[in-house]
Amino acid sequence: MRPTAPVLLSLVVAAATLTACGGGSGSDPDTVKVAYNRSTDNKTRYKDEYLAAMKKQFEKEHPGKKVELVPIQAPDNDYATKAQQMMRSPRTAPDLVYEDTFRINADIKAGYLRPLDKELAAWPDWEQFADSAKAAAKAEDGKTYGIPVGTDTRGLWFNKKIFAEAGLPEDWKPKDWNEILTAARTIKKKVPGVTPLNVYTGKAPGEAAVMQGFEMLLYGTGKDPLYDPAARKWVTGGKGFEDALGFIDTVYREKLGPDVSDALDANVPTSVGTEWFPEGKLAIGLDGSWLGQNWINKGPREWPSWSKDLGQAPMPTQHGQAPGAVSMSGGWAWSIPRKAGNPELAFEFVKTLQTKENAVRWDVADAQIAVREDVAADPKYLNSMPGIKFFTSLVDRTHYRPALPVYPQVSTAIGEAMEAVTTDDASPAGAAKEYDGQLGDLVGGAVVNR
Amino acid sequence: MSTLKPTASPLKSPAPGARSARRRTRPLRWLPLAPATVLLLLFLAGPIAYCVWIAFTDMQLSGAAETHFVGLDNFRRAFEDEHFRNAVWLTLVFTFLSSLVGQNTLGLALAALMRRASRPVRTLTGAVVIGAWVLPEIVAAFLLYAFFRREGTLNAVLDLLHLPGQNWLFTLPILAVSFANVWRGTAFSMLVYSAALAEIPKELTEAAEMDGARGWRRLVYVTLPLIRRSIATNLMLNTLQTLSVFGLIWAMTKGGPGDRSTTLPIFMYDQAFTKTLIGYGTAVALLLLLVGALFSAVYLRLIRDEV
Repeated sequence: MRPTAPVLLSLVVAAATLTACGGGSGSDPDTVKVAYNRSTDNKTRYKDEYLAAMKKQFEKEHPGKKVELVPIQAPDNDYATKAQQMMRSPRTAPDLVYEDTFRINADIKAGYLRPLDKELAAWPDWEQFADSAKAAAKAEDGKTYGIPVGTDTRGLWFNKKIFAEAGLPEDWKPKDWNEILTAARTIKKKVPGVTPLNVYTGKAPGEAAVMQGFEMLLYGTGKDPLYDPAARKWVTGGKGFEDALGFIDTVYREKLGPDVSDALDANVPTSVGTEWFPEGKLAIGLDGSWLGQNWINKGPREWPSWSKDLGQAPMPTQHGQAPGAVSMSGGWAWSIPRKAGNPELAFEFVKTLQTKENAVRWDVADAQIAVREDVAADPKYLNSMPGIKFFTSLVDRTHYRPALPVYPQVSTAIGEAMEAVTTDDASPAGAAKEYDGQLGDLVGGAVVNR
Repeated sequence: MSTLKPTASPLKSPAPGARSARRRTRPLRWLPLAPATVLLLLFLAGPIAYCVWIAFTDMQLSGAAETHFVGLDNFRRAFEDEHFRNAVWLTLVFTFLSSLVGQNTLGLALAALMRRASRPVRTLTGAVVIGAWVLPEIVAAFLLYAFFRREGTLNAVLDLLHLPGQNWLFTLPILAVSFANVWRGTAFSMLVYSAALAEIPKELTEAAEMDGARGWRRLVYVTLPLIRRSIATNLMLNTLQTLSVFGLIWAMTKGGPGDRSTTLPIFMYDQAFTKTLIGYGTAVALLLLLVGALFSAVYLRLIRDEV
């Protein structure tokens, strides 16, 4: 029976090792692990710098406590995947995670996040948050799962120098889609070598393409073009959907946009901000209010004269129908995972992040539209950058995406429809039909046909 | 792959008296293998069984808290999904072009040519080809991305020759990634065939030449039949490796544009992690396993049928 001894021994060793794995080391009770997305551009580090400063402040105010920053450097989709995987297990779950509000409902539904109502009720600053912001991280169950740090709006940016060369007005304000295309065609003819118009498209840029590109068009075609809140159903067969795809088709068929292979690159938003606009290679961009973050406050691409060189215009509706302009809003929030080891300490860190002073600092650094009334009234915020008044004015016209768990999947389906049209693999009608089919599968047939 | 050939038991004809003694010791003989078996079960069979289970559920990475057993739904869905069928087709194209035609044939040709080449040529070619193989996958992918992209090396060379350039990664993505895989994987075939060709007895080739078999005929009637076993083994290893290529394609095209270079591994990743449908993605992974098993079965037959 001699061989039994080593066998038993190895069994014991194996079992011990395995249980050690499964038992979980837990997290250090004095350390807050903070997961956030680091920009894929290696010169863009203002978020890292801001958080490092917050960490220093927090550790000074809470002796013995530590903040561990966990940067995840990836495009948005990959960041979300990584964060979701981390939140699945208590061993890897961060204590605080930076969540895009469009994805937050899916993560709430998956049970990854912790409701914060109790903490928020005891936190006087919560009163300062605008109602729309409070709603941004509220789930179907009525509980709040995140603290929004800012929001954004979207519109048209254009290069006045290129416009002057093409003989277009400096105070350009298109009234409908057609006027945008006409301007782009004029630029293509008169200023060769310049990309007339950028509309984000395709799968790789993720939500950037779907929201900045597609939904800015779609929401200008009529009321509730994506989801019908009255019927609580998603919309299929929409004429607006096909028309929005048609606009993208026109942009890329007539070569008014960037080269298709550039447009379908995951890093195209970074290229627009750090190369195409500052280098005068792009005339018009359908883009976000935060674009200025690239050029100010030691951003990745210093461009002091940008506020003189660039103009902004609201994105018009399809035929100029009321209310005349469209904007979309989103934003990011801090959430605490359900499997976090130190939820209380994590909330303490949020309080540090959201002292009024620090909230102003963040909204300025990230070129965000403020969601707190005290921040919005702060002169430092109001004077932070020239475009901020314009983009804040769009808040009246802005739309929010359907706050439903299935939205990220719908968004992916939209990205695929855009890509099919952009690569000319499908006509706008064909891509819209394919989307309708996918949508039906995703929401289990809960659709309303228009 | 350790079961290429059923190994004959060394105890084929035991002495009659030993029989009962052996029966008694049989459980004990198994004992030394126990730790290995336990580890295999835990770390290999365990995850595989878990994967099989997930493939029959609607598990999601985000958007749903509960996981339900859904039977064959995922598989039914795959067969009805035209994007899945597209991915299967592209996987077959990719495997056929890069593994069967590319790596295998080119590897054999290189091995045959190198036998006749002078020593310096042989050393140099060997170094270059094996260099491509030794490079980490992601490095190779970036090199080839730089080679094929619009402002890349290939178009620069074509431009010098006054030939029209192409946006290779955009217009012919599956060809570009297939070529990349050939570039990267040929060394393996070359090494296998170099060894196989070196094993051919000189007398046989000489005898064949005496009988008037030269060039092509000698290749077809003498060389190929002799290295048949190596061909089958090489084909099998190559194919299985190529079927599961992910990093190379992901880094070069991400499966795009559209889904023109979405092979099964890319499709699987996209479903499981971008669309957060872990259950469906896992089902696709099982189907990929099935495709690999089919190829293996064919090659195993090839080996069994040999002389």
